[in-house]
Formats: sequence, structure tokens, C-alpha cells
Amino acid sequence: MEKVIYVNETDAQRKPLLPSASSSVMSGLRLTAGVPLKDRDDSVLASAAGAPVKHTSRPIVTGSSVIAMRCKDGVVMATDTLASYGSLARFRQISRLYKATDHCVIGGGGDMSDFFELCETVRKETTLEYCYDDGHMITASAIHQMLARIMYNRRNKMDPYWNYMLVAGWQHGKPVLGYVDLVGSHFVSEVIATGYGEYLGLPLLRKAYREDITVEEGKKVLQQILTVLFYRDARTIDRIQIACVTEKGVEISEPTKLETEWSYKAFISGARASDVSTW
Amino acid sequence: MFRNQYDTDITTYSPQGRLHQVEYAMEAVKQGSAVVGVRSNTHVILATLKRSASELASHQKKLSEIDDHVGVAIAGLTADARVLTRFMRNECLNHKYVFEQPLALSRLALSVADKCQVSTQRASKRPFGVGLLLAGYDATGPHLFQTCPSGNYYEYYAMAIGSRSQGAKTYLERTFDSFPECTVDQLAKHAVLALRETVSSSKDTELTLENTAVAIVGKGTNFVIYEDDEVKPYLDMIDADEEEQPAEAEPAAADAPMTDA
Repeated sequence: MEKVIYVNETDAQRKPLLPSASSSVMSGLRLTAGVPLKDRDDSVLASAAGAPVKHTSRPIVTGSSVIAMRCKDGVVMATDTLASYGSLARFRQISRLYKATDHCVIGGGGDMSDFFELCETVRKETTLEYCYDDGHMITASAIHQMLARIMYNRRNKMDPYWNYMLVAGWQHGKPVLGYVDLVGSHFVSEVIATGYGEYLGLPLLRKAYREDITVEEGKKVLQQILTVLFYRDARTIDRIQIACVTEKGVEISEPTKLETEWSYKAFISGARASDVSTW
Repeated sequence: MFRNQYDTDITTYSPQGRLHQVEYAMEAVKQGSAVVGVRSNTHVILATLKRSASELASHQKKLSEIDDHVGVAIAGLTADARVLTRFMRNECLNHKYVFEQPLALSRLALSVADKCQVSTQRASKRPFGVGLLLAGYDATGPHLFQTCPSGNYYEYYAMAIGSRSQGAKTYLERTFDSFPECTVDQLAKHAVLALRETVSSSKDTELTLENTAVAIVGKGTNFVIYEDDEVKPYLDMIDADEEEQPAEAEPAAADAPMTDA
């Protein structure tokens, strides 16, 4: 099986400049002439030269749903391992779960490059906390709040990080689960699903949720829901990862293949072109 | 302090390897009136002696609330302390805004110390002439920190700074072993008794409602300052103790907790 690619393994190098953008002559000035290509700041020089400032207006390489449930003894969270390029299943072994601290995991959907950059930002913060070496470590709810501030700040610049993220953690003997999205909306809840999972997964999560549900039960529920999503969401594949955060720490599973069953009558008959459809 | 040829510039070392201007700033702390801090397993208490410039003047405040969970007592130049107070309030507020939880005491002390250090290494600055006792309660429990103009900072079980604080320190060294298990009232009594050591040698000063202030912070208790009439229970505590054991500076450990202050 191919090796799964994690956030901290991805190439952190910035996108190289497009020569056409940096040599545009809008105000009659060639500000970038003679400057080595690698030393130019894309957006600054482009706007100084009179070109418009460019903002993210749509996600490019995207991840689909993230689903999670807060259980009695921890939190479980699950994603598939696909990063799509439009409708193309472009990267099939991308991990969308990031272990932020020993007791916090972040799951992300939406634009994957934005997600990886946010994970880098979180990593910087946790590294800083580690270097303080004073017995304090940033909690999951603090990471949740920090992400919400970052997202809201970027949205106010009309240049959002195009993501939906879930933050799961274990702190002060309690499980926490929070949501944050590209406009800075954020809340905590016992069950959360993003993207397509919000429509198809959330009702199933609510149905399965009990106050005394355990992490082991929760994992099974998430696996079932991801199977449903795989059947219905065209931006999903059948390879998943499940993370759980308990008192013992974060545990992220190796990518596993979902078991699927395609011989249901409705699947077969529903695929016939002659069927009368309400769609 | 005598002038010498190496004390005009902050950044110039004397041949003995000393920075005289920084040491003068440390002296400024010793000129300020005394403040005392004590810590138990659950609480930190500050006790301060306020000065008034004249009969006609009010007493200078020595305690400031920084955030719900932190407060400081100051000794030295009050005006410099205001700058640091504003800085600390900002730090706490920013941290709460970004992380939605209170700033850890050790981080706050560190950031103040860093700020103080900068002004010991730049020709265009002068050191802050103020020492702080930071009292607070965070995720790792109650903490008492001291910061110095030199940029040093320390954590303590109990500490006193300011003029004639040696007396208070001696009292604290004698008694601090019992502090961890103290109730809030017992701890407050120790704080006030330690503070009294700083005025005991002068005939014309004693602890009064006007010149004494106490602050408490701890588990489940936000930082609160008690002064004027509200400080009466704490002064009564040591007076009551006095009547039981005349001419005995050291208090007997109170068997029954005092009434609520």
C-alpha cells in the first residue's frame, strides 16, 4: 500500500513565482526588473506594480467531511484520506488528521494547502509552549479558540483559509470537541460533522449518541457513517483514518479500507438509465 | 550611593563587572514601602504598607488587579509600576482574547522580566525602578513571583520587598514551613504579622486602617483587594492575638479558623 502523507512531511516550500505576474507593467514601472526571481514577494510587488491583490476565492485541492463524537472517556474523530482536485481523486493517501499536542487532534476539510499551513501555525505555537518548559501545555480548547481567531481575522481580510476544522481534545479530565470554519464561526458540541457529512452524517451521529457512549463504540459508529458517506459523497474514497483522544493521549489509526457492499437491490436497480428518477 | 566614573551609562560595565545604573534601580525598590507575599497550597496573599506624602495627602496605592486571577504589589517608583501594570493587563487581556483562558503566572512573570531586561541593555533607556510581587492562581495552582529592575525574576513560598523588609523576611523564614497547610485566615494573619515587622522598629508608625491593604487570590477566589474599613478584620486578627499572648511577636497557630473576612 502507498505510504500515507502527513502534514509535517509535506514540502513546506512556497509556490514559485509566476514570471508573468511579477513582470506585469500596469503603472509603467518595472519594479521587479533585475530582482532575482526567488527574492520577490509575489503579492507585494504585484500590487506595487499596479496589479490587483489576489485573494483565495475558491478551494483548489480539497478534503471532504470530518466527523467526530465526544464520548464518555474521550473523543473520536474520523476522515477519509482523499484530497480531490475538483472531481478528480488526485491524492489518495493524504492524512487530514493532525496531532497538535499529546492531548489534542485537529481534523480538517476544505482546501488542503490552507489546512496544512494552519497546522504549521499550530505547530509553531505548540513548539513555543514546549520551549517555555514551565509545565503548561496549550489545551485543546485554547487551540480551538486560537484557530477561530485566525480564521475570523483572515475572513475580515476577505482572504479566508478555506477550511472546516474539528478540534478534539482531553483536558482537565474531560473530553472536548469543537468546530471552526472559514468565516470564524466556532462552537463546541457532543457530535459534529462537516461538509457532506453535515447532511448525511450528523443525523446518524445524533441517533447513535448517548451520554455514556465509549470511545470503542464511537469508533464503530464513525466507521459506519464514513461508509454511508462513501456510498453517497462523490468526493470520498474508501480509505479512512480514525483518531481518538483519551486520558492516555492521541491515537491516530493507520489508513484502513472500508468494507463495502454493492449488491443491494437499490444500488443495482437505481443505476439503470431507464429508471424514473426524481432528480 | 557614591558617584563613580562607571555609573553614568546603563550599558557600561565597571571594571568589577557591575552595571551601576541597574544596581541603583535595585536600590529604588528598597526605598519603596514594604510589601509582603505569602502562599499556601490554595491561596496567595499580599499585604502592603501604604505611604502618604503628608497629613493632607491620601495614601499611595500599592496593590493593582491585573486580571481576575492575578494581582501585583509594588515597591519602588509608582509611576514606573503603572507602566508595568498596564503592560501586564494588556498581556492578560490579549492572551484571554486569543486562547479564551487566563495567562499562566510563570509566563506573565517572564514577560515582565523580559521587558525589564531590555532596559538594562540599551543606552537610550533606564531600568524600571520598581520591584513587583505577582500573586495569582492558574492551572498549576497558586504562585508568588518577584520581579526585579535587573530583569531577574524568582518564584517564592513567601517574600517581602521594600524598605525595612528584612524584618518581614526574618519572620517569614521562621514561619513559612507552616504556610502550605494554612487556611486563608491563618495565611492572612501571617502576611499582616510579617508586614508589621517592617514598622515595629519605628515608634511613630503602626499598621492602621489607612496604611494597610491586603489582597487575596486563590482557588475559586478572584483577586480581591481589602483596604480601609475592609481591612479591619485582618488588623483585628493580630490585635486579638496580641491580647492572648502579650509581648509575643510570633502567633500561635490559630486552632479555629477566623470568621469570614
